[in-house]
Amino acid sequence: MSMVFAPRMAEAAPSSHAGASWSPYDNNGGTCVAIAGADYCVIAADTRMSTGFSILTRDYSKIHQITEKCVLASSGFQADVRSLQKNLDARHQIYQHQHNKQMSCPAMAQLLSNTLYYKRFFPYYAFNVLGGLDNEGKGCVYTYDAVGSYERSGYSSQGSGQTLIMPVLDNQLKSASPLVLPPRESSTPLTENEAVDLIKDTFASAAERDIYTGDGVEIVIINKDGIRRETMPLKRD
Amino acid sequence: MTKSNVMEVPPKGGFTFDLCRRNTMLQQQGAKLPKFRKTGTTIVGLIFKDGVILGADTRATEGEIVCDKNCEKIHYLAPNISCCGAGTAADTENVTDMVSSQLVLHRYATGRESRVVTALTMLKSHLFRYQGQVSAALVLGGVDVTGPHLHAVYPHGSTDTLPFATMGSGSLAAMSVFESRYKENLTKEEGMEIVSAAICAGIFNDLGSGSNVDLCIITKEGKEYLRNYQQPNPRSYSRSKGYDFKIGHTAVLSTKITQLRQHVQVLEGDAMEEE
Repeated sequence: MSMVFAPRMAEAAPSSHAGASWSPYDNNGGTCVAIAGADYCVIAADTRMSTGFSILTRDYSKIHQITEKCVLASSGFQADVRSLQKNLDARHQIYQHQHNKQMSCPAMAQLLSNTLYYKRFFPYYAFNVLGGLDNEGKGCVYTYDAVGSYERSGYSSQGSGQTLIMPVLDNQLKSASPLVLPPRESSTPLTENEAVDLIKDTFASAAERDIYTGDGVEIVIINKDGIRRETMPLKRD
Repeated sequence: MTKSNVMEVPPKGGFTFDLCRRNTMLQQQGAKLPKFRKTGTTIVGLIFKDGVILGADTRATEGEIVCDKNCEKIHYLAPNISCCGAGTAADTENVTDMVSSQLVLHRYATGRESRVVTALTMLKSHLFRYQGQVSAALVLGGVDVTGPHLHAVYPHGSTDTLPFATMGSGSLAAMSVFESRYKENLTKEEGMEIVSAAICAGIFNDLGSGSNVDLCIITKEGKEYLRNYQQPNPRSYSRSKGYDFKIGHTAVLSTKITQLRQHVQVLEGDAMEEE
């Protein structure tokens, strides 16, 4: 008599995740910040572009000027960011042909929101901060999520260092809580130089603790005299 | 035969995988496993004319955030042996501490200076028993009576014996420096220069490594531990006016003062003198 027995299969070592599949997105890291003042707006972004644990370049601009008075800073997947920038540029050109004037910052803010929501089911992997001067010459900052939800505020940060920088800005710029009545002005009471100083310090701090932020920071300042650029080196490790 | 109450003793040694099933089940249900603090890391070692030089960066990461800007990755094993550790920080710390203790007992038992191969065997047996669950990748180096030795130890328990070795997420950057510049019979200064260059390559090109360079030079004369041998990453900017938090910055909602003194009654003897 032969004994036939099916040997009990040893339990397969549990796998920690289902088979990895291809993703159309990548995250190139980086942080963007904007602060609005009474008559100026400061927009800044670091210049490091990375993928995984590697650096692709130390010198990449995430800031794009769309109109005379309106600048877009975006972190996330830079291929999508570039495509978004080109899209907005084209739409702005058409607007200029049709209306014989440049788009105002609030108008561009709405256009950006619509453009992002248009791709609600295959989003632009872009975390945007739009900054500029509104129709009255006051600084304005608009902050977005990946699918177009936006809000005007006095300051904002997006990207990998967002959670490191935002609490510092909240502490220094004393944002009005949405529950406070009457609602305070959305512009913050800092001078232009103080705002730039604060931004440099927050980026230096973020570069200490966030591995995706570093190399350099590009700062763009918009006021009634025009647009001016500054750069500052950051830690390269 | 006397009936003895024998308690159910779990199988000796090795890792029981029962909880791994529970963990995968929980994960599938959506629970998030706790994140480990990993050391990202670039660690290296090379053999030079008179002994061994070990090098390491000093950044510890929790995911994408740097949780320690200046941690120590070169661990003590014996007066003549050191070990650099990459992987999960708790694992590298504990496995090196454990083997270091075992080596002390071994020295008492044998009456001799510890040998690098002894440390190597203790480490690899432990790691193999735990089937890679102890995530420690080590560069072990030292000098004993048989000469200088350098080994790379992997989390599953395999080892390599090499003239130069690198481990960690920055190992490729560091190895590129070693492969182009290493040669036999290096002097101490040349060896230190090449090790620092390799660690710096990891620090600047790998996002998981950063901050400072630690070195450890071991010869038959002794061990020289150069903590923060190089500090190529100072803070880039500090706000000129600093951060000032005046009283009143935080709203005080209520205040309650409790006098402690009134609860103490001196029944006999002298009350303690106030200093």
